[in-house]
Amino acid sequence: MTDDELIWRIAGGSGDGIDSTSQNFAKALMRSGLDIFTHRHYPSRIRGGHTYVEIRAAGHEVQSRGDGYNFLLALGDSFARNPKEEAVYGDEEIKPLSENLDELREGGVIVYDSGLLEEDDVAELDLDERAEENDWHVFPINLRGMAKEHGREVMRNTAGVGVTAALLEMDLEHIENLMTDAMSGDVLEANLSILRDAYKMAQEEYEFEHDVRAPTGEHDEEQVLVSGSNAIAYGAIDEGCRFIAGYPMTPWTDVFTIMTQNLPKMGGISEQVEDEIAAAALAVGASHAGAKAMSGSSGGGFALMSEPLGLAEMTETPLVLVESMRAGPSTGMPTKPEQADLEHVLYTSQGDSQRVVFAPGNIEEAYDQTRMAFHVAYEYQIPTILIYDQKLSGENKNVDESFFDREPNPTLGSTLTEEELKEAAHEASGKFMRFQSDPDETENGVSPRSLPGQKGGRYLASGNEHWPSGHIAEDPDNRVLQMDRRKRKIESIRRELDEEHDSQQTYFGDEDADLGIITWGSQQGTVEEAVERLNDNGHSVKGIGVSDMMPFPEGEMTEFLESVDEALVVEMNASAQFRGLLQKELGRYGPKLTSMLKYNGNPFEPGEIVEGFEIRLGGDSAEPTAQVRFEPAAGD
Amino acid sequence: MSAFNAIGEEREIDRDEFTPGNEPQPTWCPGCGDFGVLKALKQALPEVGRNPEEVLTVTGIGCSGKLNSYLDSYGFHTIHGRSLPVARAAKLANPELEVVAAGGDGDGYGIGGNHLIHTARENHDMTYIVFNNEVFGLTKGQTSPTSPKGHKSKTQPSGSAKTPIRPLSQSLNAGAGYIARTAAVNPNQAKEIIKEAIEYDGFAHIDFLTQCPTWNKDAKQYVPYIDIQESDDYEHDTTDREEAARMMFETENKLYEGEVLTGRYYVDDESPSYQAEKTALGEMPDEPLVERYFDDDYEWERSYDLLERHK
Ligand SMILES: Cc1ncc(C[n+]2csc(CCOP(=O)(O)OP(=O)(O)O)c2C)c(N)n1
Ligand code: SF4
Repeated sequence: MTDDELIWRIAGGSGDGIDSTSQNFAKALMRSGLDIFTHRHYPSRIRGGHTYVEIRAAGHEVQSRGDGYNFLLALGDSFARNPKEEAVYGDEEIKPLSENLDELREGGVIVYDSGLLEEDDVAELDLDERAEENDWHVFPINLRGMAKEHGREVMRNTAGVGVTAALLEMDLEHIENLMTDAMSGDVLEANLSILRDAYKMAQEEYEFEHDVRAPTGEHDEEQVLVSGSNAIAYGAIDEGCRFIAGYPMTPWTDVFTIMTQNLPKMGGISEQVEDEIAAAALAVGASHAGAKAMSGSSGGGFALMSEPLGLAEMTETPLVLVESMRAGPSTGMPTKPEQADLEHVLYTSQGDSQRVVFAPGNIEEAYDQTRMAFHVAYEYQIPTILIYDQKLSGENKNVDESFFDREPNPTLGSTLTEEELKEAAHEASGKFMRFQSDPDETENGVSPRSLPGQKGGRYLASGNEHWPSGHIAEDPDNRVLQMDRRKRKIESIRRELDEEHDSQQTYFGDEDADLGIITWGSQQGTVEEAVERLNDNGHSVKGIGVSDMMPFPEGEMTEFLESVDEALVVEMNASAQFRGLLQKELGRYGPKLTSMLKYNGNPFEPGEIVEGFEIRLGGDSAEPTAQVRFEPAAGD
Repeated sequence: MSAFNAIGEEREIDRDEFTPGNEPQPTWCPGCGDFGVLKALKQALPEVGRNPEEVLTVTGIGCSGKLNSYLDSYGFHTIHGRSLPVARAAKLANPELEVVAAGGDGDGYGIGGNHLIHTARENHDMTYIVFNNEVFGLTKGQTSPTSPKGHKSKTQPSGSAKTPIRPLSQSLNAGAGYIARTAAVNPNQAKEIIKEAIEYDGFAHIDFLTQCPTWNKDAKQYVPYIDIQESDDYEHDTTDREEAARMMFETENKLYEGEVLTGRYYVDDESPSYQAEKTALGEMPDEPLVERYFDDDYEWERSYDLLERHK
């Protein structure tokens, strides 16, 4: 475990400003040149309940939340303490200090608000003994009192940040600047004086025997702190998406909100509608009429989108949907991540229906693959789905600002202009042949479209099977021609992805290794870090984060699986859905695969994967301690 | 120059343009009321000066959903019950299109009932024609939301225990701006009502009575009808919400008693359409959104310009 990093956890009552405080602190750390990764944990409740945010900051690149933490700023749960509140929250008052305390690393630091946490409650925790055992350094500080002195009790967060900065021997400059940018007037003044007083007090009154300090780092470029949801929204904007329709559902709501806040300012349209069936149907309608459109949801809402999804496919209307997974079935655990909607997304909707599915593995990929999803949808007139989860949606990471410095691409793909329509092949009938089926004319499966209002392009788009003209048809020969053409699109997309773009899959680790780890989606960064550690520990391991779910990257996966003797397939669900896909596409490699699954509502930590690897593939025979399950290869 | 030259083109429009010779012939049963809607629409569109290429008809599934298979304009034959959300969005993306949605009573009042409430409430600028034959046609005669109480069918063998829906009262309550009922047996009125609905700036809901001789032989109630605008007995102020509500309540009762009142029931000449409201809030583009994709000079905003707050 490297200690040249800070994993700072701020814990308290939700609604207490944990989010904004941590966001600012993360930015301050980023501005001091560090790499940042944030992880947010919150219960499915509006007010009250225990919530925390972790900020991992290091002088080296960070791809995951890391293992455990080494600095805890425990605020009390003010809501649970409100005597007027009737709900019973059990021991939640003390939770910010007690929950997951085992994960505090040896030598770690605890600051708790002695103004909010009762002495009796704290005594129950045997904190002193445990501190001694683990070499923890405990600082009970009356943060509430300090804030109160300035007449602003709610600003105890700021006092906590001031104390933190002192204990970590940080410069206050970046924090002060951020406060100055974000606030003004009395509020700013009060915050600044609380911050400075707390800082000074800690410096003067405590001895810094602990080893945890703010790491040092240096970025050579301007950095921005963005979330996965930001990256998706920004990818869509840069690809010219100016229409979004949705219905709120955690965690998709973040993308919906970001788009809604920006689109109208850009002359775009956002619609919150009656349900998810309508939301996807609106995206289809807008796209049919010639706008670049998207919709999305989480699993439950996506279930409702199944029919409009099929309609888009049959009418060959470009459509981009995003699906942000959370734990299911049904309403499941609304604020907890899981990767269990893969099969839902791959196979939902009736018939031999086909769509393109990408699963970005990190924040940069979320941006790139959103752009790719639009490109493919509009070029090939097919629904594309970006599948991600609550983890990727809500985590923040620093990215070079220049990463976003790219050209917009607002093209409508295979859509004709009125001039082109004049030349389109429809002399014989005098009618535009929207769904050309001749294999010679439509090698890649695409038959260019016209838009309502264009001269010379009128046609009927029907969700029923249709003739090239668009009219409903049940003719067997036509059916086969149209079906084959639509299927050709998937093959052409695979070809384009293979030939014209760098692989969307991410490779890491030791190229010559005989053992591998395979993962998909949001677990990629964590696995990347685990592979790095395994190689540092003397193993020889390679890893791959797979992003193309459909069409499946058959060539690349064959190559990877050929090159290893065994591989661990890491995913966050109970039914090994991605391994199921591997098995379906490349069943002959089945015996090489062992699944490592976690589905308790928390994402993997790199240490768990290291441990899992060592137990299953690395020759160790211990039982796993983490909350993970193994599912060995078929016949094992 | 616009990328959509068919829109707003000034010329004499021949009714036959909506029916080129090689179109598929309707597969509706002989005597089906659906022919009446098709005919009225084909007559109304040229009379309001719309050419086939600036019209987008969006239908659901059912016998009624085939409307645009026999009408040569831009058409979108969607899925059962979902014509309205598709139509709404097409109109938002390109407000210069003439958008007409249509479907059956099962389609519009059953499976798509939720969308109707919300489209009416938002008062989208479009026309919605519901082919009300008081029965499911395409799936062979099952009881629909407008079938009268006691209606017997294979799925309600003892007769329906359900009170039929009052679609027009419901739309009025929800906020639709233009509400009318007409009937296939009254072609002149039907055409006039459709013309008014198309020209109305807001959500126009027409409950169009269409007989289904195949599955609903007993439905004699479509004859005789009384045109309330023509009859002295039914004077009411169509711009008055309360009077309209009373009138609709009365007519929706009478529908099942064998006397059918048709005509224009309500015209809200004050409330702005959804598009107008959204424009006033600064949430609609000044020009049709779609045009922009054809404008090579348009400066597209970039996410890069939004990064300030992430620093
Ligand atoms: C989701 C879905 N459910 C059911 C059907 C089957 N279906 C097709 S048409 C129809 C009823 C049509 O009745 P109505 O809307 O009154 O139209 P009509 O045929 O009478 O014109 C039904 C239930 C379907 N196509 N899709
Ligand atoms: S079944 Fe009824 S509604 Fe359908 S075409 Fe025949 S008559 Fe018309």
